[in-house]
Amino acid sequence: MNEKLKKSFYDETHTVFGHHESKFLQWIFTIDHKRIALLYLVVMMSFFIIAIFVALSMRMELFSPGQQIMDPNTYNQAFTLHGVIMIFLFVIPGIPAVFGNFLLPLLIGARDVSFPRLNLLSWWLYMLGAILAVISLFVGQGFADTGWTFYAPYSVQTGTNVIFALTAAYILGLASILTGINFVVTVHRLRAPGMDFFKMPLFVWGLYSTAWIQILATPVVGITLILVILERTLGIGIFDPSKGGDPILYEHLFWIYSHPAVYLMILPAFGVVSEILPTFCRRTIFGYRSIAISSALIAIIGYLVWGHHLFTSGMSEWTKIIFAFLTFFVAIPTGVKFFDWVATMYKASIIFSTPMLWVIGTIITFAIGGLTGLTLVTLGVDVHLHDTYFVVAHFHYTIFGGVVFMLFAAMHYWFPKFTGKMYCESKAKKAFYGIFIGFNTLWFPMFLAGAYGMPRRYFDYLPEFEIYHKIAGVGAVITIASILYMLYVLYKGVKEGEPCGNNPWNSTTLEWQISSPPPLENFKNIPYIDFGPYEYEKGQPKRDLTKIIEGGNDD
Amino acid sequence: MTETTTPEVIYDKEGNAHEVVDFNNDYTGAKLGFWLFLFTELMLFGAMFLVFSFFFYRFSEDFVVASNSLNLLLGGINTIVLLVSTYFMGISLLSIKQNNIEKSKKMIYLTIVLSIIFLTIKYFEWMAEINHGIYPDSEALNILSKGEILFFGLYFTMTGFHGIHIIVGIGVMLWAIKLINNKKITAKKYVVLENIALYWDIVHLVWVFLFPLFYMISFGGAS
Repeated sequence: MNEKLKKSFYDETHTVFGHHESKFLQWIFTIDHKRIALLYLVVMMSFFIIAIFVALSMRMELFSPGQQIMDPNTYNQAFTLHGVIMIFLFVIPGIPAVFGNFLLPLLIGARDVSFPRLNLLSWWLYMLGAILAVISLFVGQGFADTGWTFYAPYSVQTGTNVIFALTAAYILGLASILTGINFVVTVHRLRAPGMDFFKMPLFVWGLYSTAWIQILATPVVGITLILVILERTLGIGIFDPSKGGDPILYEHLFWIYSHPAVYLMILPAFGVVSEILPTFCRRTIFGYRSIAISSALIAIIGYLVWGHHLFTSGMSEWTKIIFAFLTFFVAIPTGVKFFDWVATMYKASIIFSTPMLWVIGTIITFAIGGLTGLTLVTLGVDVHLHDTYFVVAHFHYTIFGGVVFMLFAAMHYWFPKFTGKMYCESKAKKAFYGIFIGFNTLWFPMFLAGAYGMPRRYFDYLPEFEIYHKIAGVGAVITIASILYMLYVLYKGVKEGEPCGNNPWNSTTLEWQISSPPPLENFKNIPYIDFGPYEYEKGQPKRDLTKIIEGGNDD
Repeated sequence: MTETTTPEVIYDKEGNAHEVVDFNNDYTGAKLGFWLFLFTELMLFGAMFLVFSFFFYRFSEDFVVASNSLNLLLGGINTIVLLVSTYFMGISLLSIKQNNIEKSKKMIYLTIVLSIIFLTIKYFEWMAEINHGIYPDSEALNILSKGEILFFGLYFTMTGFHGIHIIVGIGVMLWAIKLINNKKITAKKYVVLENIALYWDIVHLVWVFLFPLFYMISFGGAS
């Protein structure tokens, strides 16, 4: 059969309201999981670029002491905007909405997710939330200036557009819940016959654990945000001390969701690592079961650690000790994963393609981010480091150095799957080195600045901190330039890349056994899965499923 | 898709047949998904119950005092109204499974009527408080004790949320009737109605907890 005659999901699609002539309507009303993934990708990356430039403007303001380019209030709004976009519009939907949507059905041998229409609804809700957030920039007294955490009582009192931002966050949460429900049902119902839970690829394990967090934690923050809205509009008093309410209650309710949410961000990223490593080490992943179970364990323990955000907010000593202990405990399953990954690489003949470079980069940066997390949760030390640049550096090392690095890795690794073409390897590697160097120049000085006492979210600083801000400012420019270069390389790959066949990495998981880009409804015949996801023999995939899936040449 | 198509089957090495789940027509999946949605509802109300218990613990006496001003009789009637409505909802589901379309529709209408009665009673209860000047941030409320302010803040918030769920319930029931008329819900394909019945049960269940927490904490004590 001729490859070129094959139709991919770019050529035909199912839509929710029947057929549309217009190509544009065919995209925005599509119920094909692959197209929805691309819709998310486009919107998310646009917001990502806006948010990195907001961040750059903050860095430029901080380049020297005193006022440079914006006044203090604008600065407050800038870091809130940066946080809200990055957290709610980029990192939380992030890997699940784009790569989860695209790959979950492919990895488990399904033709779509369980509820394709609900999937489209999630995207529309996401768009509605995004539009509300954008509108709030331009009306009234401008964007919220509370920080992305919306802490009461300030969020109740400030004159800025907090209600808009809260409503947007609530709607985005709803979209996230619906995606979570969709994924859990898909994993339970649509796995190819024979594939039990311990034959699923590890990315699916990450998505599955994530989806449970989305379902069980997001409603709590949803109602919390609504309570703040009611507090502002009606004055019900729950967070208002003058009426007997308690602002610290807000912090608890907020972090009951938002701490699990950081695991919601990182677990799919860990899943991406576990997909890329076996492919480029040409061997089975070390400790499959321990990686799979540690994902679930992180999700479970992650629920019980929120109190470590409140060590300085007023909490009994015993509670602090319990929360600190539980937080240390999260490091154990995370450590298990890290040692499994390193053990997979040990004595393997590693191919240093771009996705593999990203993985190695993230093993370094996330290790720094994760271990400084342990420093922060040490009770005595936290009193000193709380709300300093040390915290800023810590979470950027985990979220950027972990989640976003893996998002970039996934963008390279599955690029041939999305497009059927290959990007330019040598240029993509240059982009990686640029971002990696820029990243460390940008955030490593913040550890030092924070340890010496530079508080976060400050518009100005003492002269002794100038050197750190100068270095960070240079790092920010390098990072952003390299990110733009990386996106340009990928764009070039879409436009002019060489066709690369169905399985350029010679990988074993199911998504590579069908044509790239995949056809509508993915699998013609669904294979019976009675083997593990990463079975290599002498560096080659153990079996070839292409024939089973394609079936006879009856079309 | 009303006809049952033969399910797609694949074979393993021993030649045993395994069915491939059709994602467009998956009864178990639809049920599972809806149960997960109900979990999120429980978490939503659960967080509010958490807030309630926190303040109830801190201001127990004020809460009891405030609870005295609610009308236990009307609240009790509403509990029964909602309980009976879930019965009719259940009968409606049973009727559709027995292909008794007309009875099923009649039962849904009855459920809707009962939910409207519930909302009406609720309206009069709210108005009774509001006419006494008791509503969030009102002058009459703000001079009361802190516990009472919070009690009424939570009362209006939580019963309000519950009321919104009732209104949504009426909406989806009307939608169900439309689907029955269009033969989208039939004796063979009733998962939508079954899920609506589940939803209605949870709406009732939440009320079963709201009622004692708001109306009955002063019951039998000194007033």
